Amino acid sequence: MAVALCALVVAGCAGPKESVVLLPSASAPDAAVVVTQGSKQVVLAEPYAAARASRDGPEPFRTNAAEVQARYGSALAAQPLRPAQFTLYFVEGKDEFTEESKKIVDSVFAEIARRPVADVMVIGHTDTVGSDAANDALSRQRAEVVRNAFVARGLAVDKVVTAGRGRRELAVPTADGVAEPRNRRVEILVR
Amino acid sequence: MRSTIRFRRGAAVSLALACAWLAVPAWADVGQIKVAKGRVTVERKGQELAAQVGMPLEAADVVRTGADGSVGITMRDNSLLSAGPNSIVSLDSFEFDPTTSDGRFDARLQRGTLAVSSGRIAKKSPQAMTVRTPAAVLGVRGTEFVVSVDD
Repeated sequence: MAVALCALVVAGCAGPKESVVLLPSASAPDAAVVVTQGSKQVVLAEPYAAARASRDGPEPFRTNAAEVQARYGSALAAQPLRPAQFTLYFVEGKDEFTEESKKIVDSVFAEIARRPVADVMVIGHTDTVGSDAANDALSRQRAEVVRNAFVARGLAVDKVVTAGRGRRELAVPTADGVAEPRNRRVEILVR
Repeated sequence: MRSTIRFRRGAAVSLALACAWLAVPAWADVGQIKVAKGRVTVERKGQELAAQVGMPLEAADVVRTGADGSVGITMRDNSLLSAGPNSIVSLDSFEFDPTTSDGRFDARLQRGTLAVSSGRIAKKSPQAMTVRTPAAVLGVRGTEFVVSVDD
């Protein structure tokens, strides 16, 4: 009896207790966590599938929302707001955004206001009309125009990073020289 | 038609060159503290810094929370890490190409509780992101999970 208890205590103290739980999420259907301990492996692929470390490798178990909340509530409550993405479209060959896109600027500002410290990435793109050099410059200029619009509305200039990708990252793949409106855009990421 | 467009884009180039190009170099940062409650510190190159909301983080930083602490971090690839009280989280390595999403992200939970929502690095390559614990290595295949390490 004493020996059994001792063995149990030793096993319990063999190392820190560790566990991992897969959460239900809206991301890819093939989402999973692969838990590797030494040469043993367990794949968690279902919501609330879990594993704990043991002397014999990862030991699968199942848990639920209430247990996760009790154990991980503080960590989950500290999760930052998810990054939000917006796209503004531009008039052909110009750094002027379309009428419809002007409304999106308000949504971007609402998203910035929700965050205690927002940082904003502004990335300009063009369609495939014109040379690479001209499109690189135009894409940067589009990003600058958007940043200036934000700064004019009171966003600190050091919160906005801009970049131009020219025609390298087309939203809609086209041949050379195609004036595709969906490619003339600025992508805005609010984090 | 083609030459007209060239001309217009040529004008755009000169205008862009005329404007002062103020790039904001933020690339040394791997992430930023977005949420901080209670005691939160960052160990960087042997120094302990008091963490606050808005603080940029660098690779090899170790983030610690006190008994009343919790912290939320947004990484440059949009990964979210958040830790509960009495936690130690290391950002062991982080490389990210924002154009291609190629990169590598290795974090470590030494103690406490951690919630993870993976970002663009794990989405691009299922081998590119891991979270280590003292006993195990977690391969992150584009997903969300929680992990705990008790003393």
